[in-house]
Amino acid sequence: MDFDALISGLDRHTLDGITRGSIYALVALGYTMVYGVMKLINFAHSEVFMVGTWTVLGVYTAIGATSGSGLAMVIGATLLALIAAMLASAGTALAVERIAYRPLRKKGAPALIFLITGIGCSMVLVEVFGQVLRVFFGRPFGRVTVNIPAVLETKTVFTIPGVDLAVSNTRILIIVGAIVMMLALDAFVNRSRLGRGVRAVAQDPDTASLMGVNQERVIMLVFVLGGAMAGVAALLYTVQYDITKFDIGFIIGLKAFTAAVLGGIGNLRGALVGGLFLGIVEVYASAVWDSSWTNVYAFVVLVVVLMFRPTGILGESLGKARA
Amino acid sequence: MSQILDAVRGLALGERWNHAPKVVRWAVMLLVIAFAFYLPYLNILPFAYIRTDLTASGSDWASVLFLIVVYMIVAVGLNVVIGLAGLLDLGYVGFYALGAYSVAIFGSTNSPVVQALQSRFGLSEDWAVPFAVCIPIAILVSLVAGVILGAPTLRLRGDYLAIVTLGFGEIIRITFRNLDGISNGAAGITGVPVPPGPETDGRAFFNTIDAERWYWLALAILILLIFLARRLEHSRVGRAWLAIREDEDAAAVMGVAGFKFKLWAFAIGATLGGLAGLLFGSKQQYVEPNAFMVNLSFLFVAMVVIGGSGNIFGALLGAFLLTYLPERFREFVDWRPFAFGVALVAVMILRPQGLVPSRRRAREFEDRRHEAEEAAADV
Amino acid sequence: MSEQRMTQDMAEELKDTSDHDLIEMHTSGEVGETLLEVDHVTLRFGGVVALNDVNFEIRRGEILGLIGPNGAGKTTCFNAMTGVYTPTEGKIRFKGKEIAGTKPHKINHLGIARTFQNIRLFPEMSALENVMVGCDARHKSSVVGVLFRTYRVRPAEDELPESGIRRSLAKVFGVSRHTLEERAGRRRSMELLRFVGIADRAHELARNLPYGYQRRLEIARALATEPELICLDEPAAGFNPAEKEDLMGLIRRIRDLGHTVLVIEHDMKLVLGVTDRIVVLEFGSKIAEGTPDEVARNPKVIAAYLGEPDDAA
Repeated sequence: MDFDALISGLDRHTLDGITRGSIYALVALGYTMVYGVMKLINFAHSEVFMVGTWTVLGVYTAIGATSGSGLAMVIGATLLALIAAMLASAGTALAVERIAYRPLRKKGAPALIFLITGIGCSMVLVEVFGQVLRVFFGRPFGRVTVNIPAVLETKTVFTIPGVDLAVSNTRILIIVGAIVMMLALDAFVNRSRLGRGVRAVAQDPDTASLMGVNQERVIMLVFVLGGAMAGVAALLYTVQYDITKFDIGFIIGLKAFTAAVLGGIGNLRGALVGGLFLGIVEVYASAVWDSSWTNVYAFVVLVVVLMFRPTGILGESLGKARA
Repeated sequence: MSQILDAVRGLALGERWNHAPKVVRWAVMLLVIAFAFYLPYLNILPFAYIRTDLTASGSDWASVLFLIVVYMIVAVGLNVVIGLAGLLDLGYVGFYALGAYSVAIFGSTNSPVVQALQSRFGLSEDWAVPFAVCIPIAILVSLVAGVILGAPTLRLRGDYLAIVTLGFGEIIRITFRNLDGISNGAAGITGVPVPPGPETDGRAFFNTIDAERWYWLALAILILLIFLARRLEHSRVGRAWLAIREDEDAAAVMGVAGFKFKLWAFAIGATLGGLAGLLFGSKQQYVEPNAFMVNLSFLFVAMVVIGGSGNIFGALLGAFLLTYLPERFREFVDWRPFAFGVALVAVMILRPQGLVPSRRRAREFEDRRHEAEEAAADV
Repeated sequence: MSEQRMTQDMAEELKDTSDHDLIEMHTSGEVGETLLEVDHVTLRFGGVVALNDVNFEIRRGEILGLIGPNGAGKTTCFNAMTGVYTPTEGKIRFKGKEIAGTKPHKINHLGIARTFQNIRLFPEMSALENVMVGCDARHKSSVVGVLFRTYRVRPAEDELPESGIRRSLAKVFGVSRHTLEERAGRRRSMELLRFVGIADRAHELARNLPYGYQRRLEIARALATEPELICLDEPAAGFNPAEKEDLMGLIRRIRDLGHTVLVIEHDMKLVLGVTDRIVVLEFGSKIAEGTPDEVARNPKVIAAYLGEPDDAA
């Protein structure tokens, strides 16, 4: 146990935690929205994120962006990668919905079956990158970790005086990017007509459909929105960690879902709170104890929070007046 | 696929079975059991084609049979938790690992714990906890783990249970990987003890070569467990589980102590998982953390659901298919997870009620389909 | 296996003529004594007063009606009585014991059962199994007892198996409590289904039963828990006049078995026709109490039901 390590590096650890938490939060949005509307844990969502990271790699490779490119190239490549990742992830999410969930909904299958097809889809997507594409195209696909060029090179932008904390451009991008995306989504769900439909279905599907809300459209919408957010998370993740792997989604998905439950599943702001909380707790705990137990800390926190606040930190309320 | 199943249904086996005289049913049951015990020696064409060791690269047939039966034990246990009580447990591999590790940690002379005990009490270097004592230890450890995990979480809503149990499975694996002083970390523990038996051909009775003995042992345990599980299912306990699954609040008002019975389901499931793990670890004579990845939990859940949730024979069939098929087609080992994923999605979409649903579930499903269709027609 | 047994048993069960001894309620209490006491109960949710100093009692052996217009607090009162809410002020006592804060299944074990306004059966279990869940509330066999048949009891002469060897075995080793309870529970459940008049579809899934059957099944399931007090929450909802007539008969026969009955109802005619006493609620307060005749003549009640302005509100 080493509390000195935590205290002496508190500023650095907090920044690390917020960075990590922002990515959890963005992925958590997908879980929380789908859960809010369908009362379903979308097990394939972690792979929606994974597809996003590969898309980023694909874009960089296609336009030849490498680390050390000029400023115009960096901005262009990053923006293009962002859009492509959002589209690819949203498309994957929508495909999962079409293939694995919609037919079951039509047949009125019990909830357990949705989980199984979700797990099945997740395995298929993992194997597409770990096996199928490798057979057809060779590397970089396969069961190995792949480097993604650090197109946006990490540079210290400014140093917070007093605590002497260096803040890099990548950190700023991740934290600001995540917060902007969440605010935009929050505004969309709360202000727009489509967003009202989402909230209506989350609150009471039957009444909503009587009121003329098209439930199928709303479901498609939440998958697309959740997928797009996972795409954003994928880009930010590659900016920070510069890698991807066929099974990268599993543990991040697990953490993101934990974050969603922590914050109060179905609650958009809960995803942000849960993500940041989880990210910071993980980093702090790893500093105090041993980092090989990181995943254990995350689940212990989850169980403890659920025991004292069974509906999460902010409660469950996609349908409530304030999302 | 579904044509074959419909053809099988056309024979109305269930009906005939129910109307057959008791003597006939007993005779058929005994024949099936006898055949199961004979399976390792299966050599009659065309049945012998189901063997997995027809090619040089195939896996040992008796070992595959053993693994199938171990997973069947898992399926029987998980069927209680998921199929009957309706609790989605995604961390079942944790109990499986606990069972395997218990016997390794206490029974192997290579385990850090046993070595510590040796030096502490000045015992000889061959000393370890006897196998017969390891069995109750393994059962107790998994049972206690089930209760410790269940007690705080079973009061939570069902969906949360899934994520908390999933986390539990990971925690168990990470714990065994990190605790060098107890589980020997990532290296694992060798020399896991085997059940005692008369020495034959200069070898221990249960050894790595004669896998069929392991299979017979596991099969005998499986039959006993099925017998006990069915006793539970057709009792006040089984009815309480179904009632909780159907409507927990209404069940409570009817005097069903929901939490108590859920905890029992969890503990019973955990015990069976531990028992299966014990058999597995003992046969391998080696345990390591990577043998207990979370994917295994998904495989277990898939067995129960593909076969037909709530039906013990469906669960057995699921366990058989999901263990046997990958072993039979070992040439395609790299494609296994992909094929598994595709099969999972395809089977569930075509037959959401499972391959052999309990009669109850089948009817329920038909009704829901009609309702969904009617609802669709209304719009 | 059990399906098979079921059909054999069913044939036997259907042969049996009605046997009320099986389902009769035996209690030590005396008719007329206070069974449940609502003692000046007030219940507030935030600033809203849902129940305001409500005070009445249910006496053993009577049929009490609890009526009032929509939103009068009937269901709130009912929920407080069955332990869902804890009163802000006042006490609710069952057989002299306070029941606030008791868990729902414990309340059932104390001797209170209820039905639901919106039917809540176990849809994927057969009608018989639904009732057997109710019977199980009084059964004692444990998980270990079921698994290993450890708890043996010496059966009465008429409970012994007929055939030779089994009979001798049962005489020497006794019979497991599980077996006896299972047998008795099945017989009692069947009898209860017969009592409410739906025995012909005992083996059908509850979800497939017609609406009227489902309502009756709920009553049978509640009776199976051997309640001293059975609370029926709008049992006539959705019934036509003929069915209501039947239901009134059934309610009286339930009382004759030895249960005390509380009926919450909208339908004035039914309540006036079947109850011994009536408590009327309006806006969370008791506005009248008395025999059906008294209540029917009470100007406050008439005003409340005809919707005339009420000064008290």
